[in-house]
Formats: sequence, C-alpha cells, structure tokens
Amino acid sequence: MAGPGPGPGPGPAGRAPRRAPPSLSLRARRRAAANQQARGGAGGSRRAAGAAMEDVCAKFVSQKISKTRWRPLPAAALQPPDLFATGSWDNEDNRVSIWSVGELGNVGLGGEYQGEPQLLCDIRHNGDVMDMQFLDQERIVVASSTGTVTVFRHHQNNQTLSANQRWEKAHYHVDQNTSCGGAACTGVICNNPEIVTVGEDGRINLFRADQKDAVRTIDNADSSTLHAVTFLRTTEILTVNSIGQLKIWDLRQQRNEPSQILSLTGDRVPLHCVDRHPNQQHIVATGGQDGMLSIWDIRQGTMPVSLLNAHEAEMWEVHFHPSNPDHLFTCSEDGSLWHWDTSTDISEKPSFLHQGGRSTTYFSHSTINQSVVSAWLSNDPTKDRMEITNLIPNQTLSVNSLDILGPCLVYGTDAEAIYVNRQLFA
Amino acid sequence: METGRPPALPPSPPPLLPPPALPAGYEVRRGSPGAPRPRRWALPESRRSQTPRGSHGAPAAHPRSASGKPAEPATAGSGAEPGLPRPRPSGRPRRPSSRPGGAFGARRRFRGERPAPAPNRRRPAARPSFTPAGVSAPAEQRRGEGPEGGGAAGRGGRRRGQRRQRRGQPRRGLPARRQAGGREGSAAAAAAMEELDVEPQLMVVPGADPSARQLCFAWGPAEVLVCETLFGRRGSGEGGPSSSRVFVVRRDQDIYIQTLRKLFNESHGIFVGLQRSEEELAGKSRKAQLVQVSKNYRSVIRACMEDMHQAAISTRDPALHSQYSTQVSILSAMELIWNLCEILFVEAAAAGPLLLRLLDWVRLHVCDVDNMVREVLSSENPSKHELFWNVVDVFVLQGRMDEARHLLSKEASANPASVNMYKILDDLMKKMPMPSLGNTQTLTEMELKWQHWHEECQRYLQDGTFASNSHMESICKILLGDEDAILEKKELMTTWYHFLVTRLLYSHPTVKPMELRFYAQSSMDLFLGGESSPEPLDTILMAAFEFEMHQVIKECSIALSNWWFVAHLTDLLDHCKLLQSHNLYFGSNMREFLLLEYASGLFSHHSLWQLGVDYFDHCPEYGRVYLELHIERIPLNTEQKALKVLRICEQRQMHEQVRSICKIMAMKALRNNRLGSALSWSIRAKDAAFATLISDRFLKDYCERGCFSDLDLIDNLGPSMLLSDRLTFLGKYREFHRLYGEKRFSEAAKLLLMLMTAHIAPCSFWMTLLTDALPLLEQKEVIFSAEQTYELMRCLEDLTAGKSDKQKFQDDDVETMKVEMLRLALARNLARVIVKEGTLEGS
Repeated sequence: MAGPGPGPGPGPAGRAPRRAPPSLSLRARRRAAANQQARGGAGGSRRAAGAAMEDVCAKFVSQKISKTRWRPLPAAALQPPDLFATGSWDNEDNRVSIWSVGELGNVGLGGEYQGEPQLLCDIRHNGDVMDMQFLDQERIVVASSTGTVTVFRHHQNNQTLSANQRWEKAHYHVDQNTSCGGAACTGVICNNPEIVTVGEDGRINLFRADQKDAVRTIDNADSSTLHAVTFLRTTEILTVNSIGQLKIWDLRQQRNEPSQILSLTGDRVPLHCVDRHPNQQHIVATGGQDGMLSIWDIRQGTMPVSLLNAHEAEMWEVHFHPSNPDHLFTCSEDGSLWHWDTSTDISEKPSFLHQGGRSTTYFSHSTINQSVVSAWLSNDPTKDRMEITNLIPNQTLSVNSLDILGPCLVYGTDAEAIYVNRQLFA
Repeated sequence: METGRPPALPPSPPPLLPPPALPAGYEVRRGSPGAPRPRRWALPESRRSQTPRGSHGAPAAHPRSASGKPAEPATAGSGAEPGLPRPRPSGRPRRPSSRPGGAFGARRRFRGERPAPAPNRRRPAARPSFTPAGVSAPAEQRRGEGPEGGGAAGRGGRRRGQRRQRRGQPRRGLPARRQAGGREGSAAAAAAMEELDVEPQLMVVPGADPSARQLCFAWGPAEVLVCETLFGRRGSGEGGPSSSRVFVVRRDQDIYIQTLRKLFNESHGIFVGLQRSEEELAGKSRKAQLVQVSKNYRSVIRACMEDMHQAAISTRDPALHSQYSTQVSILSAMELIWNLCEILFVEAAAAGPLLLRLLDWVRLHVCDVDNMVREVLSSENPSKHELFWNVVDVFVLQGRMDEARHLLSKEASANPASVNMYKILDDLMKKMPMPSLGNTQTLTEMELKWQHWHEECQRYLQDGTFASNSHMESICKILLGDEDAILEKKELMTTWYHFLVTRLLYSHPTVKPMELRFYAQSSMDLFLGGESSPEPLDTILMAAFEFEMHQVIKECSIALSNWWFVAHLTDLLDHCKLLQSHNLYFGSNMREFLLLEYASGLFSHHSLWQLGVDYFDHCPEYGRVYLELHIERIPLNTEQKALKVLRICEQRQMHEQVRSICKIMAMKALRNNRLGSALSWSIRAKDAAFATLISDRFLKDYCERGCFSDLDLIDNLGPSMLLSDRLTFLGKYREFHRLYGEKRFSEAAKLLLMLMTAHIAPCSFWMTLLTDALPLLEQKEVIFSAEQTYELMRCLEDLTAGKSDKQKFQDDDVETMKVEMLRLALARNLARVIVKEGTLEGS
C-alpha cells in the first residue's frame, strides 16, 4: 500500500508509555515465583510460610464468590473489622451474604481467633453480583448483571437483610426492536450519599441513596464496556474501560464528555479494575487483562508512570491498603493474590505532608524530590525496593475479589471458598 | 442402529466417537468362556474358584453364585429381604432398616427396577434423574451438534439399556449383565439382545401424562428434554391442545446437591495438586506423598459428611432429613471404602503394620458402639453398669487393650475376692505382642513372641483360671482367637469386616496382604451365616480385600450415585502406578474414561463447569476434544463470564473456540446497538469479516448523521485497524476528519486522495469522499497540487463513467448538482494551482 499507509496508526510509537524496565518487572516476577516456591516446597522458608498460612481460614460456601467487602469501621473504632459481605455469581440462585468473623464465641482461649466465618444472614439476589460496596455501616450497594442496582440494609439487631432501595435496569441496552434489555452493571462506587454505577452499556449513573431517580445519567459515556469506577474527589470520578482507557469525569460539568482521557496507547488491553491512592488523590492503580499493574499520575501525562508485569491472567481487583497505602493488593484470574510492599525504605521518606509540586516529574528521579514522592511514583528500577509476595500457595481457580481493612484481608474465589486472614502484617 | 459395537469398530476410532456407558470390562467377559480372563476385570465366578473354601453363606441369593445362570423369577424377590438391618459404618443415626440398600439406597430412587420388588423399595422418583451411568449424549437441542457427533438415537438406546441395568438393584443387575456378555459377538444383535435382557425400567416423569399425550425426547449432554406431543393421537387430541409441556430430566443428580459442591471444589484442589506433584520423588517419599493425598481426599469427604450431618440435624423437614441422612451414609461408605483402598493399595502396608492399619480402620468406622461406651464410662459406677462387660468386650474386640485394662482394673478393685484372676487377665492383655510400625522387630521375632503368648493364654484357659467368671473366660477365648467366642459378640461387632479384623488380630496378627482374601471371604460367610446376603458395600470391600482393584472400581461405579468417587480413586490408584494400562476398546483408559464422565457432569452444571476444565486438562487423549465441545456450550450471560471462558480457551490455544466466543459476544453487542463493543470483540477474535460488517455500520451511521459515534474507540484503533480493509478505511477516514478539524489541510487532502487512489475506500463511498474534498478545494489557499487535482478529477470521472445513462437519469438532482459543483470546484482549483505553481517555478 502506497502513501502514508496505515503505519503505526493514530497512536505514534513516540507516545509509548514508559514501561518499567524489564529488569524490574522480571525481578518482581521472579521474586513472586520464589515466594511461591518457598511456600509450596520444602526448606527453611517453609516455616514462615506455614505461619502465614495458619492465620488464614478457608470456608467453602457452595457458591462462586464474585465480591467480598469488609464492613467499614466507625471512625473511632480501634478493633479490627468483624463483618464482611460476599456476593455470588453464576448460580441459579445468587446470594448476598453477611458473614461474621471472631464473634459469637469463636474467640479461643488465648484471645486468638479460631473459628471460620459464620454466616449471619443472606438474601437472594437477582442476577450475578457484579460489584458491591458498603454505603455506610448498614447499607450495601449491589450491582447486578441484570442492570439493576440494589441497596440492601443489614438489620443488625435481628440479623436480616432486606432490600432498601432498588433502581431497576439502571443499565440497559436499547434493542433494535426498541425493547429494553438490562445490561450488566459492572462497577459501583459509593461516597455516601452518592452512588456512581457503570455498566456494559457504557453508561454512567449517579444516584443518591435517598432519591428514587438517577441524579445524573451520562449515556454513551463509553463506546465499549466500562469495567470499574472510582472517586477521585467528591465531584470527580474515574472510569476504566475495555479498550484500555481511563476517563476522568467532572460531575459538576453538564457536558457529557470526559474531562481527560488517559490510555495505554496501541495495545488496547482492557482494564478491569482501578483504585485510588487513599491519601494522594492523583495516584491511581489499574489492573488489566494481561495481568499488568499500571500506576498512573493523573496530574501529568496521559500514560502510566510505571507498568509492572504481574499476574498471568486478568487482574480482577486492585486495592491500596486504606490506612497503609505503601501496601497494595491485587488478585487475578490465574488464582494468585499478590501483596506489593513498597514500604521497605520508608525511612527515606520522612513524611507525606509535603507534597512535591509539578516539578517532580517521573523522568527525573532527582534525589531532592525523591523523598517527597510517593513510593509508587518513584519506582527507581535501579533500586529493588518492592517486596512482592504471593499470598496463595496452591493457586487453582480465579480469585475474584479481595478487600483489606486494618490487618484483615478477605478474598473469595471461583473454587467456592472465602478466605480470611486476620493477621496480615504479623 | 448401532454400528460401533466392538467387533465392528474401526481400529482407530474417530476422536469424537463417544464412549459407551461403561468401560469394556464393566460390561462383560470377552472372548470365549473357556479362555483365560484377559484381565482381572469382572468374572466373579472365576474369582470364586480362588477362594479356599467352597461354602458360601447363601448361594441362592449370592450374586456371584447366581452369575451365569438366567435370572429366575424365584430369586427375583430374594434380594429384597436383607435379614438383619445392617449397622452403618459410622456413628451416624441408624438408617431406617426398611431400605435394604443401606448406604447405597440412593440408587434405588428409580422406579420399577423389577416387576415385583418389595413394596418399600419402590420409592417414587421425587425428581426425575438419571444415574451417572448415563452418558453424555449429543446436544442437538442446544447449539448445534452435541459433543459426540451423530448416531444419537441408536447409541442412546443402547446406553439406556445399560443404564437400566445399572440403575436396577445391583444384585439383580450383575448376573443379567454377565449373561449378556456371553452373547457378545454380533454387533447390532448383541446390543439389541442386551436391551431385552432386563425388563425396561420405567422412570415416571412427574406431571407428564403419557395416556393423554405421547412423550418424545432429545438427548442433551447431561439432560434429556422430554416433551409432550400430539403425535399419532389425532382423534383424541382435540380435547386439550392447550398446554404441551417440556420437562428437563437430569442425569446426574448428585451434582446439584448444595453440600456436595464443597466436596467437588475442595477435592478439585487436591486433584490438581496431585497432577502437579513431581513424579520424580523416590519410592518412599513418593508413597508418603500419595498417602497424604489420599488422606486429604478422605478428610474432604469427612468434612462434607459433617456438614451434611449438621444439615440433617438442623432441618425440620422430614423429607429433607432423610435425604441428608442418606447422603451422610453414602459419604461414610465412600470414606470407608477409600480408607481400605488407601491401606491396601496406596500405602500397601506390609504384614505387621497392615494389621495395625486395619485396626485403625475398624476403630474409625465402626463407631456405632461409641455411644454405648460413652454411656457406660460416664455413668457413676461403670463397673455396675449393665453394659459394662459389653464395653470391655468392645475394647478387646477392637484391640484397644489399654482402655480395656483400665476398665478391668476398676472392676478388680470392686471384687477383691477375684483380684488374682483379674491380675492374670490384665497381665495377658498387657503382654500381648503387637506388630510394630517401625522396623524394630522382624516378623519371625514377632511370630515367636506371639506364639509364646498364645500358649500362655491357652494354658490359663485350660487350667480353668477364668472358669468362675464367664465374661473373663470369653475374653480369654477371644484372646486365643476362638472364632465361636468372637462370633458370639456379633452384635458388638456389627459388621463382618470388624469380625475379620478381630479374627486376624487374635489368630493371624502377621497376616500378609495376599492372604487377606481367604480370611475375608470366610469371615463374611461365617458372619452372615446364611441369614443375609452381602450387600453392595460388602461386595466392594470384599473385592478390595481380594486386591481386585478393577472390581472395586466397577462395583463402586454401579453402587454409587456419582462419578466423583470412582474418578478420584481411579486417578489416585493410577498415580500409584497400580492400574495396568488397561486400554479400553474405545477412548483411552479407565482413568481417563472416568475423569471424562465426571468432568462432563460438572460441565453440565450451571456453576461447576469451571472445575471440569482442569479434569479435562489431565485427560491426555480426549480431554481436549471434550473441553472444546463443552466450552462452546457455556451460556455467556455477562462479559465477565465470557472473559473467563475466553481465558480458558486462550490458555489452551483453542483458537476456534476463541473465535466463536468473540463472535457470539460481538453479535450480542451488535444486537444491542453497541457498535464499539462489537468492534472490540471482533478485533479480539481477529474476525475480519465481522469487523468489515461493523465498520460498514459505522460508516452508514456517519452518512446518516454526519458525525461519528464511538470516537474514543475509532481514534484508538492502532495496529488493529489492519484487520480488515474496511476497518482500515474507517480508521483512516476518521483520521482525515481529525486532521481537517485540526486545520492540517494539506495532510488531510493527501490522506483523502490516498484513500481513493489506493482503493482503500469502497467505491460506494467515493462520492462522500469527493464531497468532503469540496471545502478543501474552496479554501482560500491552494491545497491540492495540480497533479492531485488531476487525480481527483480522474476519480470523479471514474465514478460517473461507471454508471450507465439510465442510472444517471434515475439519480436525483442533488447528485447531479453535486457532480456539477465538484467539477466546477476542481476546475477552479486547477486554474488557481496552475497559476500558483507557475509563479513558484518562475520565481
């Protein structure tokens, strides 16, 4: 073909993101593999692995788990979380369940937790549970594959669940025959009282917990499927879609256009999950179909700051530790759950209070700025400071969801089991 | 009908050839009756001749002795009376004795096994079900043809025959099947004969009324669709043409039991771990590893049993309760069998340790007496309890010497008069030599010690030391291995295998594995004593004691209502290298056959299909074909599920399936008017034709609306736009719009021209492109060079020349005007450019 030809396409090669040099990603992978081996195999490290495993309780629940979420703790609470919710998928009869750990006389003699999670109550849910968030201590927002968004209330005095509010077909397809069919609602995020949902129909809905109708709907927000959503600020949300783009939406603007689009150029690898750094709102982590973890600084550039080779299959969820954001957790279709720890050289970074300005670009890891940049942005390939641990020794089926709160980790798998680790940092 | 019967089978069966319901050995003996048995499979009567004693307890009702003879009507009913209700192998509440099958009652949930069974055996099928003996039949009613190709009806028919046999009461089923074997030879005939061997079994579909409507059916992978038709009932059908119903009849009911899902899931992990485990591990550690795997499996069964037991206790519904209890007893029987197989096959305990293992086995599983023990021990004064001696006997029978001595010492302190007698017995019990687990003593050493001890006991018995106390005398007799004395305690032992182990303990403590069969057979005969006939569980255990591994698997397949047990046990035994590579005349080998059946069952479940994938992965021969055919039939309700299925296919390089899944999703998206999604899916599938189709839709939309939708996608096509010409055009055309929007006119003009001259644009779109050139031609500055203008003119002429005069007339005025305008604009542009280029050259 003559002339300009299709060539490299609209995305010239020059815009390629700065991949973390292979040495780092390789190292990360190798490390993880080594960990894995240590856990599975014999040798001195086994004891440590064993100790880690002892704290994990598994419970087989006869339904594939799609989501697990800790109930948030009241602001002043000091004790670890004791209640979590799960949602199932791909069952004829899907359920949202509330589980308790630790209570109900399960506390052993030494004050140690011994028992496995106890089912407190559950309720039928129409369709697969696609996403789930606690709105507050009592209410859970559940996204369904039928496009319905439901708020369930957990009555703690008599341990029951009831539907509190329901938005039928919040996401839908307009069929050619003008009949409406529900489209799966793939993601939900809450910032009490606001609830934002995204779906396979590329629509963004903004609800208020107490209002019957949607406050705002952005039709055709995306031409492909939106997979996840997170709040950047109270008025700004960020969505990820199945062609590898991050879109930032300012809900104050009436225009139905994203205020910014960031993308991985060229590859178009779908992104499945997103989480925002709890303290530094400009840092965002996403996980993609190829298992790659990308860290973005949304203040600058339209490309990720670093790309870290991680899992071997879809990364279903990524979570910064809410109070200890140097730790990050990811889980994947390949059945692994990784703990990323950048806190090893915490001494070098005395405080996060002083934020680096725009001068701290990621190209220049100047020693002056390094101390104030978050560990996630200053991935210096020459320094091997990321500790990566695989928390699941014998991985088989997909780990669909995880949640962390305080020292507690809960995750659910397609092998119909939920696992609770109550001493994550022990 | 069926042409694929063994003799007619081509030497290398096509990969899609479906396996018959049972492995070859399951069916029948092959070859002439006089010929040596090809394998260990089957043929119990020849095995019979190996047993030392010819006396069988109850020949008439004995399945083995009955084999080979025609099933006489006289014996038909004999299977129904089981004699004394047999205690179950675990400490669960006793099952109702009215169900003779005991633990294996599940199989009897089918109706009409026989013309005249005892009434209590007829349980109405609460839910229509097949046994797993059924077969994954083709799925014509689903998407296209089923996993196994054509020939559904004939094969189905034959299988049904087999299933019928298997579904029936096992005792009756066995001989019948063996008869059929004798006739095996002429393919179709044999198949037909087989069908006639047993009366057809009826399965009543609740709600269907065959008297009003005929039923027709279609096979599915794991289900049968039964529907009512009016076929052939023209006259009477007018009464109610209203509602014809469709029934779904499932074949593998166990898969749908909630609690068992834990079993399937947890054991899946163990299975995968076993497949991954290193084969290189040397002898001992490899064996230890395998034993550990076996124990893990058992602990999963146990855990599941506990759950089921809890469920049974907590439910108030009597029907549910009995259902759960049945499951508990099935699970406990499974564990009992597995444990024995673990001792005999996996661990292959040698003489000495073998007995210890068997003792553990009995202690673990014969726990009906535990309640009694607990009651006595917790009473205020155990020695005064009426069951005191029973408890002592239980301890002695199970070889729990220390506990027995402890109890006796209490009794002794209460009877100072006979303290001497107690002391002697205590001493005897203390001194009893036991085989050791380690290698500290040789067998001969042990035998010597034991001989010595035995003589000592003999002496005390003969000189009447215990004559004054009948209890103690009987204990002493037990210590001496007196069969009659042990048999007297039948009620305390409850099962023949307990009797066997006790007997071994006190008369042959160094029994060798190969000698077990003799003792096992005679113990069973002695214990049952003609009062009752062996049940399926007994047959299975007996086969295990006889080291007839294939027989064990076969009997389990018949008796158990799911494939889980046999599939996993066979796989484990295969990893122990215990199953000779017994190639079946279809498929590959028994392990693979059972795994395939089990996994197919999983795939038919709406949620457990993910587990099946790993099982197929470890079936070297047909696993992949099965997986390919099954995976395409997973319903894809959400994109996430589609992604999971896709991942499975991509990991295994199943390109055809990847394409088909993406196509399905693209089609769905297209139907929902989600062009962007549809395009993404077709790009992922690398489906050029579909991408072209969607690109056309995009262009059509553009022509209609004058603006592009889904810009975020089209702007970011990248290299994927090369997938199809039309997609390339779409991407490039959009690029032209972008350039134009950015006022990069000359680049835009170049691109536009290139789209036409390089024939990227479809001809139908040329007019639009030329119209797009209009504003560029009319710009203040000259954009198209002279050469480019000529090109444009040529394009326009090509376009108009292609159309006949007739068409021209039909075209509306707008079109003609467009052409005129274009010509004008081109001419003006040419004029300007000639001037411009001339001046430039001149200067």
